[in-house]
Amino acid sequence: MSLQQFMNEALSPWMKQDGPDSDIVLSSRIRLARNFSSSPFPLIASDETLEKVLDFFKEEYKGQSFRDYKGFEIVQMNDLEPVEKRVLVEKHLISPHLAEKPKHSAALISENEQVSIMINEEDHIRLQLYFPGFQLDRALEQASQLDDWLEEKINYAFDEKRGYLTACPTNVGTGMRASVMMHLPALSMTQQINRMTPAINQLGLVVRGIYGEGSEALGNIYQISNQITLGKSEQDIVEDLHSVVKQLIDQERRAREALISRSGVQLEDRIFRSYGVLKHSRIIESKEAAKCLSDLRLGIDLKLIDHIPRTILNELMILTQPGFLQQYAKASLNPDERDVRRASLIRERLQLENEE
Amino acid sequence: MECQECHQRKATVHLTQVINGQKTEVHVCEHCAKDKGYMSYGEENFSLSNLLSGLFHSESPSTFKGKQAHTQQQTPQLQCPTCGMTYQEFARIGKFGCGNCYETFDERLNPVLRRVHSGNTTHDGKIPKREGGHLHLKRELDEHKSNLRQLIEQEEFEEAAKVRDKIRTLESQFHEGEDGEQ
Repeated sequence: MSLQQFMNEALSPWMKQDGPDSDIVLSSRIRLARNFSSSPFPLIASDETLEKVLDFFKEEYKGQSFRDYKGFEIVQMNDLEPVEKRVLVEKHLISPHLAEKPKHSAALISENEQVSIMINEEDHIRLQLYFPGFQLDRALEQASQLDDWLEEKINYAFDEKRGYLTACPTNVGTGMRASVMMHLPALSMTQQINRMTPAINQLGLVVRGIYGEGSEALGNIYQISNQITLGKSEQDIVEDLHSVVKQLIDQERRAREALISRSGVQLEDRIFRSYGVLKHSRIIESKEAAKCLSDLRLGIDLKLIDHIPRTILNELMILTQPGFLQQYAKASLNPDERDVRRASLIRERLQLENEE
Repeated sequence: MECQECHQRKATVHLTQVINGQKTEVHVCEHCAKDKGYMSYGEENFSLSNLLSGLFHSESPSTFKGKQAHTQQQTPQLQCPTCGMTYQEFARIGKFGCGNCYETFDERLNPVLRRVHSGNTTHDGKIPKREGGHLHLKRELDEHKSNLRQLIEQEEFEEAAKVRDKIRTLESQFHEGEDGEQ
């Protein structure tokens, strides 16, 4: 029943709320990697060990609640169809890596989908917590409390010198990856983001597109996260990320203003053309859909279009991924069929807004 | 060039296979490449761990300069007693087998960690509440001690005496805790 909920809605409940700066920052996330001190890491652990870890979580945490995070549900990977796993990956509730590990791996997901604790991924425990908008501090505070809650019953692999011990040396220390998902259409259009990326990298932070391959960021959606996990406190890492994201927000706002004042009509034309494509096309590839959705969202942020909610970008970016399209069609679709399906789904979704 | 599978999109994935001397070329778009299994989900992870293990390998010649023949004989002997992971294996896959591997491979880790974490090798963040109980005390003690040094330098002896008493109480707690653990 709960799995049904995770599968049906593209937008997790928490995504429907606005957060600070949510015209530019879509979400903030904290991920913590933890391991049991007494067991080998999942990569080389025996089936018995993995099963023990999973059983422990089922027994101790299934149906439990912690503060705002209620009704934790266990979703086991070997109970899922491939398309169902894909949907969970597209919603960012599980990692692609977890989806590929059917044996004794699972995710413990809170009802509001804000918390997902992956079990037997690369590490025994990968706890992730999302907040809408720009709320890194709050996410860190709450993630740390969830971490304390787990530690009440778990002996973590921890070393005074190296910190929280993880399977991969890139995660050791805090085991923390803090990240922020940003929509940066103006910085992308003006190519400024490409010039800013090297400078950001030098600060130990990584900028990458979350949709699409290589350097291109589909939908102009970027993820900024920390690379370094050792030798800095969680607060310092988050503070550094915070200050860079703050600057990116300012730059994006400035670039938007400059675009409006220098080429207002052209920008308006681009936005409404994209809106037209989304409203009327019969075949649309994911790349074109992403571009048009980004334009539409910019139009909403600039108040050129006012009857469509902002969340349409997140929602349709997720809804038009291959997994969701096939989940909706209740059939496996080839790429051509997906493009047709994608177009009709977007049309229907926008039609819905016009009626309301 | 159009994709040879769907004949719709541009081919962006180009593969050349040679099987028994027979060469075949595949030109497909990203969609079809994923569908037909030419590209897999996990590829990113794979290349990252490859990259990492490259770091470990490049470590050995510089660290053990001049003793290379020696090193090659020594390497297989370094093995984690808890999980059985050898250093060689660790260097190949770039992943540890268990928490204890960190201690086993300790002396070889610093150069690698330094590269991955911009020069850092020691943890400076959160300490687990329950398990790290005595570490919390230790950190607090360290803070008081540096505070004490500062106060003495500034000749604020009255304040310093208070801090010294605090340190004494904490130290006795700390030792009690250690005894308790044993």
